[in-house]
Amino acid sequence: MAEIMTLDGVKKSYGGGKSPLVEVLHGIGLQLVEGEFAALLGPSGSGKSTLLNIMGLLETPTAGELHIAGTATAGLDDAARTALRNRYLGFVFQFHHLLPAFSALENVMMPLFAGQGRVTLQDRERAAMLLQRVGLAEHAAKRPVQLSGGQQQRVAIVRALMNRPRLVLADEPTGNLDTQTANEVFALLHELNREDGTTFLIVTHDQRLADGCPRQIRLLDGRLQPDGVVSPAPSASGR
Amino acid sequence: MNFVWTVAWRLLREGRFQTALILAGVSIGVGVIVYITAIVSGLQANIIERTLSTQAHVVLRPADLVNQAPLTVPGSVKLADIAKRTQRENTIANWGSIVARVRGTPNVSAVAAMASGPGVAQQGGVRKSIVLMGVDLDDYRQVVRLDNKLKAGRLLLPTGTALIGKELAADLGLQPGGRLRLQTATGGSQSMTVGAILDFGLKDLNKRWVLLPLREAQNLLGFQRDVTEIYIKSERLFEAESLAANLALATGLTADSWQTSNGQLVTALKSQSASSLMIRVFVTFAVALGIASVLVVSVVQRQREIGILRAMGTPASRILAVFLLQGGLVGLFGSLFGSLLGAAMSVGISRLALTEDGSPLFPVVLDGELFVTTALIATLVGVLAALLPALRAARLDPVEAIRG
Ligand SMILES: Nc1ncnc2c1ncn2[C@@H]1O[C@H](COP(=O)(O)OP(=O)(O)O)[C@@H](O)[C@H]1O
Ligand SMILES: [Mg+2]
Repeated sequence: MAEIMTLDGVKKSYGGGKSPLVEVLHGIGLQLVEGEFAALLGPSGSGKSTLLNIMGLLETPTAGELHIAGTATAGLDDAARTALRNRYLGFVFQFHHLLPAFSALENVMMPLFAGQGRVTLQDRERAAMLLQRVGLAEHAAKRPVQLSGGQQQRVAIVRALMNRPRLVLADEPTGNLDTQTANEVFALLHELNREDGTTFLIVTHDQRLADGCPRQIRLLDGRLQPDGVVSPAPSASGR
Repeated sequence: MNFVWTVAWRLLREGRFQTALILAGVSIGVGVIVYITAIVSGLQANIIERTLSTQAHVVLRPADLVNQAPLTVPGSVKLADIAKRTQRENTIANWGSIVARVRGTPNVSAVAAMASGPGVAQQGGVRKSIVLMGVDLDDYRQVVRLDNKLKAGRLLLPTGTALIGKELAADLGLQPGGRLRLQTATGGSQSMTVGAILDFGLKDLNKRWVLLPLREAQNLLGFQRDVTEIYIKSERLFEAESLAANLALATGLTADSWQTSNGQLVTALKSQSASSLMIRVFVTFAVALGIASVLVVSVVQRQREIGILRAMGTPASRILAVFLLQGGLVGLFGSLFGSLLGAAMSVGISRLALTEDGSPLFPVVLDGELFVTTALIATLVGVLAALLPALRAARLDPVEAIRG
């Protein structure tokens, strides 16, 4: 199976200069294969968001290599990284991060709109179709503030799918939702993975949700734990 | 649907209060500029028109007679100071061909020859010193407007008639149809009928100027067929100086433009223009700073949204364009409102401030060109003012926004 993303010896340090240099990621090696549905687990502060931002080309690693769909990303300028991000990757954030000035439908179209500079009628239809798929057809014209938390996150999820990305990176997509809604959102992600074959990497520290994922990747203090080793993290896994 | 336009428009619409504030600032600034420009150009046009209502744009006179040093060539080193000698009665003899030549010069719209000289008007024992101005009335009226100066009588100048100023008419107790005797130092003397009484706009002119047929003035002044001046009206008022220079070269006569004849006025107008320009420049700066500061605040406030847009894959250049466009739109719409405001203010003041005779004290000139240039400049200034905030927005690190 084709690898969509490969990390090799990725390190990330913050600070330097006046503030002390802190290494947050200590050499991450990781491969994501197309069609995978993986959970990234780890306690707060272990470096999950940092890793995801690096994979999403929002931050550059201090050392190591990152390939997206076979393309090396080291030394690319901002425009090239932006283009790669726009073409291959979709994002779901912990806070929905919808744009308040735009309707649900416009928010869904945004990745395409932003990348191409314009949208066609077909693009609009695709966005409407995506909203319909998550049961929000009649909310298309509403602004984010007019939607519930679960509805907002569902809009954010289909927004991540607008550009038909090869890999969707989701940083605690259910972190702000009640259990019931969180379950529904996870079910939706599973469904999208099964039906479209889109690869998902989902950060969570909810062991119960992670248990439903075929692959679990664990991060502890900036190091990946070998697959199968249960994290000794204090976070109670409510089973 | 275009991304840059849509996002720029949406951000402006969403930031209601800020947008209203910035638009108000631009409108007031543009309003002041339009107002000042309209008032100043109206005032200047009015002053120039009043001044030129009795003057030609260019006047040709006989060349000064000087004692030429034999070696003096124009443009060469001056070997000696040449004193002007006493100017005897100096006239233009071959004026017919000169007038024809001047008429054929580009930028000349009318030409009138005049034979003028000092004289005395006499009526019922009262003697007044006057200036005799012999003209062909049809030619002269092409150069200097008379119909608006007519107080009584008719604007016709057959042999034996004279048109006189209203002060002279009052001094001599004359009405149209009355008679007066004109005399000159050379012994000429002739009785004339008053054809019309004119108001030249200045008391001094109204006391002295007497228009009479060219032929009779020549006889009275003893010029035979000569004239003393050639009056020229130019098609382009503000090119009178270069026209005068050209005509001086072409005819060998002395040519004075209205600017040379009214040096003080021209200086006053120039310094007025300069101070109005300075006000406009400073207001433009203030407006630009206003736009820039409001946009900087807007960039800071929208940091998160900009970060999200960047994380979605918006190129930095597109973010830059969004904010530049916002500046441009604010400049454009502000200038439209401001133009209306300025036009309303200037029309208002010209209605309110009136001179004694009921004509506006500040006549305004509102031409379309002013509005078009103002809109263009305001748009450009808006874009330039947005440059710094836009660069700031484009350089925002998306990570900061989404970690928040
Ligand atoms: N910009 C930054 N500067 C300095 N330290 C940072 C920065 N971003 C994250 N960190 C640190 O890196 C560590 C990992 O953070 P993060 O990746 O957000 O963890 P997680 O998402 O697993 O909670 C934390 O200790 C955090 O304080
Ligand atoms: Mg995190």
